[in-house]
Amino acid sequence: MPELPAAVRGFGVTFGTIFKKVVTEQYPEDSSKYPPKPRFHGRHQLNRWADGLEKCIGCELCAWACPADAIFVQGADNSDEERYSPGERYGRVYQINYTRCIFCGLCIEACPTRALTMTNEFELADNNRADLIYEKQDLLGPMLPGMLAPPHDMVPGTTDSDYYANKITGSVPQQSTPQQSTPQQGGVA
Amino acid sequence: MTIVNHNEKIDTVNVVIDGIEMEVPKGTLVIRAAEQIGIEIPRFCDHPLLTPVAACRACLIEIDGVPKPQPACAQVLSEGMNVRTQRSSEMARIAQEGVMEFLLVNHPLDCPVCDKGGECPLQNQAMTVGRPDSRFEGEKRTFPKPINVNAEILLDRERCVSCARCTRFAEEIAGDASLELLERGAQQQVGTANDEPFDSYFSGNVVQICPVGALTSASYRFRSRPFDLVSVPTTCEHCASGCSLRTDYRRGTVTRRLAWDDPEVNEDWSCDKGRFAFAYLANGRIESPLIRENGELRSASWPEAMHFAAAGLAAAGTSAVLVGGRATVEDAYAYSKFARIVLGTDNLDFRARASSTEEAEFLAAHVAGRKLDVTYTDIETASQVLLIGFEPEDESPILFLRLRKGVKRGVSVHTVGPLYSLGSEKLSAHWVKAKAGSEAHAISGLDSEIVGALDSNSIIFVGERAAASPGALSAVSRLGSQTGARIAWVPRRAGERGALDAGAIAGLLPGGRPISDPTARSEVAQAWNIDADSLPNVGLTGTELVTAIKQGSTSALVIAGVDPSDLPNGDELIAGIENADFVVALENHHSEITQRASVVFPVAVVTEKSGSFMNWEGRSKPFSAAFREALTLTDAGVLSMLASAMNVQLNGDTRALRKELNSLVPWSGPRTDVNNHEVHAPAGTTLATWRLLIDSGVMQEGEPHLAATARPSVVAVSAAMFEQLGKPEVITVTGPKGSITLPTQVAEVSNESVWLPMNSPESHIYAQLGCGYGQAVTVKGGAA
Repeated sequence: MPELPAAVRGFGVTFGTIFKKVVTEQYPEDSSKYPPKPRFHGRHQLNRWADGLEKCIGCELCAWACPADAIFVQGADNSDEERYSPGERYGRVYQINYTRCIFCGLCIEACPTRALTMTNEFELADNNRADLIYEKQDLLGPMLPGMLAPPHDMVPGTTDSDYYANKITGSVPQQSTPQQSTPQQGGVA
Repeated sequence: MTIVNHNEKIDTVNVVIDGIEMEVPKGTLVIRAAEQIGIEIPRFCDHPLLTPVAACRACLIEIDGVPKPQPACAQVLSEGMNVRTQRSSEMARIAQEGVMEFLLVNHPLDCPVCDKGGECPLQNQAMTVGRPDSRFEGEKRTFPKPINVNAEILLDRERCVSCARCTRFAEEIAGDASLELLERGAQQQVGTANDEPFDSYFSGNVVQICPVGALTSASYRFRSRPFDLVSVPTTCEHCASGCSLRTDYRRGTVTRRLAWDDPEVNEDWSCDKGRFAFAYLANGRIESPLIRENGELRSASWPEAMHFAAAGLAAAGTSAVLVGGRATVEDAYAYSKFARIVLGTDNLDFRARASSTEEAEFLAAHVAGRKLDVTYTDIETASQVLLIGFEPEDESPILFLRLRKGVKRGVSVHTVGPLYSLGSEKLSAHWVKAKAGSEAHAISGLDSEIVGALDSNSIIFVGERAAASPGALSAVSRLGSQTGARIAWVPRRAGERGALDAGAIAGLLPGGRPISDPTARSEVAQAWNIDADSLPNVGLTGTELVTAIKQGSTSALVIAGVDPSDLPNGDELIAGIENADFVVALENHHSEITQRASVVFPVAVVTEKSGSFMNWEGRSKPFSAAFREALTLTDAGVLSMLASAMNVQLNGDTRALRKELNSLVPWSGPRTDVNNHEVHAPAGTTLATWRLLIDSGVMQEGEPHLAATARPSVVAVSAAMFEQLGKPEVITVTGPKGSITLPTQVAEVSNESVWLPMNSPESHIYAQLGCGYGQAVTVKGGAA
């Protein structure tokens, strides 16, 4: 069979592809159709215990583990008057510099309290460097039902060990100051 | 760590360690000999300055002919001994591995959050001699954590390996034997009886020698990790002991200070003040030059402030310079030069405390320019030690530790004073009772037995308080020349000895040269490149100088590092400053002085400058800046700029100043002896007082945990006076200005004196009583 001219043969690919399923993903228009995989390494989050106290104890192990030197932590002492986390210390300053972060996840492996985890959020681009340094308030997880914004006491009758053993299910009315709303359920499991 | 050996001829033994033949002095421990040939045997309890106990068993080694492994830290080498360590003996290796496994059974795996992690002997040795993995599957022992052994020291008991370093330190070195190993077996733990705090001025050392993270300090706990710190050697600025310290900082902030090994001075130790009192370095600093305009201080640029100060000083009449006792040698030397060359005055004093003319004479005759006459090592071998107006535990704690070491070797200590303190007790001292203020009588009336025992191998330590006891220093001088005993003057502040040698006192030029001596004048004039005739004549010191300032006969003042509340006549100084035409203050923190000064220059603190302190021995202890990028100027730097604004060239470079001062070798010419001063002890009850080590001093501010370890403010009276007052719970002591009421403590006090802390909470002697050491007070039972 005589060969078709090369110019015509080339169109074979074009016409053949017209009838195949499209592989182009319409980002950002259709981005919700293509969520990242569940274990994708995205922006970090600083988690809270069920009663709203922060999990971060300011130990700096994340900063220590970071190969890109992207994390800066400064711890401070909790006191009975001003408590942000169970136990002795909390992270007073917490910064992640996303111009440096390589999303390797070594920090979340290093975290001894599971305070630091990674979300799937990857849309971090910005037009200046300063906004890419995320502060503690940018990284803290949301206040879920049953949580009280720190500073406040630990659940009465519990110690930091109860928190680490995951026995806390939510805040109790005694933890809140009068101005704050009181959740319905909570206490110790 | 260094072991100083004083003996020249030493008996030795021949031994073999891991096949290496060596000859060591008789009595050498296996672990020390192995160190010398570079063989590291694991250890926790072993410390070269503590007695061996073989408590941790980590150092087991094999000795030929001995069936079981032996602890290398307690085993003395004998002739022909063949020692095999873990390097050549399977038995030793297995034994060490077994011990390490046992130690780790109950040790928590919290290295990542432990302060010791990264500088931990247990961590390191578990890696070098331990098993690669754990066979232990049970639940580890836990304790509630942390507990306070005192306000500053915290204890995490589950981390403890029961090495007994801390308890041995407390008993053997500090003499505060309240730290003990309690309970037995797995429950064994460090603690104190009845949970009373571990009351010691040296408690911070237990944190440093703890081989695990069991003992931590409240001020450093969880602040940093060792490998994030930058370490610089430094000299302690708190007292005249002259300890070598290590300053660790991170991100421009000092996080901790540790004792640095200096076998000739502080060995491996430091006191709690030197270790923990450093918050003042950063807090509340003056940041820019200030000038007074319309009665208010305002910030000014350096050139503006310089011109303002230069014009003010030039316009004013006779001037004076007051240097507190905190300046480095180089800075004090710069003040000495500035006063003589730029201001043309000899009105100069570094003694911001009770002082006397007698003291100035004494210093000129016996102390100035005499370096290393008496040293720390001499204390260990002295025959007798006499303490006069001197409380070593409070006023020179490292000297106190060396005295304790000496006492253990048979040195006998006599203390002349109104109170037989806790410190005297720890030195097993013999008390020569003296009413406060009449020490001179006690010295001239010393038992012939004591005087007879004094020889050239004896040391008489005189404290700065002797200046407040009329006649005491001339009596000391006489006693010294009569018996041949050596005299050592121990000031309290770090800069005093250096300032004396730098000539920062009227009548004395650098190196102890009398300003009235023509040869001395020409030597100094040559070094300073000036005409000898332009050097001023003898000026005023101490009380006379303050009076002159008050009366306005000196109308311009350069003042640095002086707190008027340290002076018995501080009110007069403040009044004088208010009346003076022009006052230049060089300070790093605001004070009563800066509030009234015409111009204030901020100066560098010890972490920001290099320099040196001279300790009581006369030993120069140089240090360099921790924060090299600091923009603050030294006192000498400010004075140099000020001098050039006044058209005089004065080098302000620390190195150049040191070199120049060293070129002025100590004065070898004639010295005037101390005149015999009249003894006039007031009648009735007199006040005995001194500053406790940990008190309300401004350099201890900002460290509440340290302040909480201070000894309580009490009035100490003798049992007889206690009876006489009707056994009151509180006692009121009244002076010319007012009174102080504090809880009673019955102690061994002279019946004619009453003791109060000088500058402790609720007991500020000069401000509240208006009189000082050795002066008459009235004592009453109950509140005022």
